[in-house]
Amino acid sequence: MATTYRICPRSGLQFDTDAEKLMRWNAVAGVLALLLGGIMALGVILTRWPAVHLLPADQFYLALTSHGINMLLFWIIFFEMAVLYFASSTLLHCRLATPKIAWAGFWLMAIGAIMTNVAIFQGESSVMFTSYVPMQAKPHFYLGLILFAVGALIGCFVFLGTLVVAKAEKTYEGSIPLVTFGALTAAIIAIFTIASGAVILIPTFLWSLGYIREIDTIMYRVVWWAMGHSSQQINVSAHVAIWYAGAAIVFGAKPMSEKVSRSAFLLYILFLQLASAHHLLSDPGVGSEWKVVNTSYFMYFAVLASMIHGMTIPGAIEQAQRAKGYNKGLFEWLRKAPWGNPAFSAVFLSLVGFGFLGGISGVMMGTEQLNLLIHNTIYVPGHFHATVVIGTTLAFMGLTYFLVPVLFKREVLFPGFAKLQPYLFGLSMYVVALVMMGAGTLGVSRRHWDMAFAGSGMAYEWPGAAYLMMGLTGIFGVIAIIGGAGWILQVVLSLLFGKKLDDGETRSTPIPLTLPPQTGGHAAHVATPGTMVLALVFLVSFILYYFVNWKYLSSLWGMA
Amino acid sequence: MSAISPPAERIWWKQPIDKLEFTWIAIAFVWSLVMFVMMVYWHVAGGQNLSNETYKTTKEMFAAKAQAVVDKYTVRAGTAAEKEFPVVAPPAGSDIYLIGRLWDWWPIYELEKGKTYKLHLSAMDYMHGFSLQPQNINIQVHPNYDHVVKITPNQSGTYSIVCNEYCGIGHHTMVGRIYVK
Repeated sequence: MATTYRICPRSGLQFDTDAEKLMRWNAVAGVLALLLGGIMALGVILTRWPAVHLLPADQFYLALTSHGINMLLFWIIFFEMAVLYFASSTLLHCRLATPKIAWAGFWLMAIGAIMTNVAIFQGESSVMFTSYVPMQAKPHFYLGLILFAVGALIGCFVFLGTLVVAKAEKTYEGSIPLVTFGALTAAIIAIFTIASGAVILIPTFLWSLGYIREIDTIMYRVVWWAMGHSSQQINVSAHVAIWYAGAAIVFGAKPMSEKVSRSAFLLYILFLQLASAHHLLSDPGVGSEWKVVNTSYFMYFAVLASMIHGMTIPGAIEQAQRAKGYNKGLFEWLRKAPWGNPAFSAVFLSLVGFGFLGGISGVMMGTEQLNLLIHNTIYVPGHFHATVVIGTTLAFMGLTYFLVPVLFKREVLFPGFAKLQPYLFGLSMYVVALVMMGAGTLGVSRRHWDMAFAGSGMAYEWPGAAYLMMGLTGIFGVIAIIGGAGWILQVVLSLLFGKKLDDGETRSTPIPLTLPPQTGGHAAHVATPGTMVLALVFLVSFILYYFVNWKYLSSLWGMA
Repeated sequence: MSAISPPAERIWWKQPIDKLEFTWIAIAFVWSLVMFVMMVYWHVAGGQNLSNETYKTTKEMFAAKAQAVVDKYTVRAGTAAEKEFPVVAPPAGSDIYLIGRLWDWWPIYELEKGKTYKLHLSAMDYMHGFSLQPQNINIQVHPNYDHVVKITPNQSGTYSIVCNEYCGIGHHTMVGRIYVK
C-alpha cells in the first residue's frame, strides 16, 4: 500500500503520513492520561498536606492507584510509542512497517487503559500501582493492564520492523543516528519489561478469576518489579535520547563521541533491567549476594552509563556553543544559552534534576543496607518524582514545544507562558522531590492516608519537621500541578485554535539520507572545561551524601 | 551532523575520545567500584545488615509460636492506651514473634538495651511494612514467610512500629510498640 511523505518546512524533517498520524494519536492519548493522572495528583497531594487532608481514606487510595497507573504506565508509554515512531520512520526517512498492525497496537493500548481506569473508578480495585498480592483487584483491572502491555509490545515490534525496512530500502547511509540508537535501547528494555509484566499479570488475572489458588508474595514482587522498575528504565533511555535530540535540535550539537555515547546505551541494555532488586532489598527470601549484584546493576555499570550521558550531553552543548564563539571563561556558553526557549530549558532542568536529585537519591537508597532507612517511606516517591517527573515528563514537555508546529502544524499559543512553563513546573517539582525525601528521611510512610494516625490505639507522633516537609510538599505540589495543567491547556488550545501552519511539500517517494563526503580528518577539537567543573560538583555532592547516609545507618540498632 | 542524523564519519568507532571525557569516565568507574565494595565491606565490618534467614511458614504455625512466647513471658496486661495487648518481656537471646495483621502489630515487647533478640516477622493476611520509629528501620513483612532478624537495641525508650506497606482502608491505624529498658 502506498503512503506519502511530507517535508516539514519548519524543521526539514520528513514524515511518513501513516507514522505521523500514529504519532499524533499516541501523543494525544498520552496527554489525556496525563490529564487524568494530574487531576488525581491534586487529590493525592491535597490529602497528604496535613493541614488540608481533603479526601476520605477510600477515595485517597483510589486516587493514588489511578494517579500511579496513569502517570507511570499510560502517559509515559503512549508518549514513548510516538517517540519510537519518530525515531525510526522520521529520523531514518523511511515508511513505517505495517501501519495497520501499529493501529491495532494503539487501540489495544487504548482499550486496556480505559478498562483498567474503569475498574479503578468502580472502587474495589484500589490496590495501588503495584497491586501486590494477596490484595485482590477486580479481574478487568489486570486484564486492562495485559491488553495495554500487548499493544505496547506490538508498537515495539513495529519500531523494530521499521528499522529493518529502512536498512533494506537503503533510506540512510552508515549507522543509525544516536537518538534512534537510544530509542532502540528503550524498545529492547520495553520488550523485556512487557514480557515480565505478562509473566506475572496473567497468573494474577487467573487468580482473580479463581483459577489459581495462590500467588506467592515474594515471587510476585520479584517478577512484578522486573516490569515495574524496568518500565521506568524505558523512560530513562527514552528521555536520555530526547536530551540528545534536544541538544541537536536547539544547538545543532554533535555528540562528543559516538563511541562513548553508544557504549553507554549498550550498558543500559546489558544492566539496567537488574533494578527489580531495588524493591526487594528489605525483603526476606532473597539472599544478600543476589541483592548486592543486582541492586548495583552489576557493579554500577548502568550508573556509570548515566554519569557518562550526564556529562556528554552538556559537553556536546558546550562544544557547539564554544564553536559559535561563546568562549569567555568557564560558563559563557551556558549563560548565553537560549534560556527562554522551552525546548532547551526543559531539557536542561530535566538533566540537572534527574542527575542531582533523582540519580544521587536513587543510588543511595538502592544500596543494600542503606535501603533499610528508606524502604516504603515517602523518600521513595520523592526519588521517583525526580526521575520520572523531572527527568521524563519534563523532557517530554520540552519536546512537545518542538512538536506542536512540526508534527501538528499549529503555532504554539501563549509563547510567553511557554517560556516560563519549564521553570514553573520543573523548579516546583525540584522542591517537591526534596521535601518528600526530607520527610522520608524522618521516616514518614508513603501510601499513607493520615500521618496523625487518627483512630489508632497507639498513634506515633512524627516530629514537627516532618509535618513542615509534608506541608511544603502540598504547597509546591499544587504549584507543580498548576504548571502541568498550564502545559496541557496550552498544548490542547494550540492544537485546537493555534494558527494553522503550512503543510509543506508532499511526495510519494522518500528522499534518502546521504552522508556528506568523507573528509578523512577530524573537526577542530573543542575542550569542555565548564562541563567538567559541573560534573565534579555533581561527584562531590554524590560522595558526601552517600557517606552521610552510611554514618546515619551506623547509629541505628544493631542488626544481623 | 548531529545526534538526530547518522554519524558523519562512517567509521565512528575509531574516533579518538576527548581527554576530559575519558577522565570523567575513569572517575565514574572508580566511584562505581567504591560503591560496590562498600556494600560488601559493610557485610564484613558493619553492624546493620538485614538477615537472610527466612523460613516458609503458615499463618497458623506462626500465630501458635507467637502465642507460646506471649503465654510464657507476659509481664503485664496492656493499658487501654496499649490496646490492652499483652506486654511481653522475654529473656535476652530468645526468639520473639511479631505478628502483622489487619490492623495491629501484636504483641508489645519489652526489651533490654544492649541485648540481642531473634525477632521473627510474618503477616497474617496482606503484606505489611515494619517501620520502626523514630529509628527509621524499615522491613517488608510477607505472609507465609518467617523472617528472622537479630536485633540489638542500642538506646532505651519507647518505639513505635508504623505499618508502611499499604494494607487497606485501616492501614493508617496500624501502629505497634516496643519498649526498650
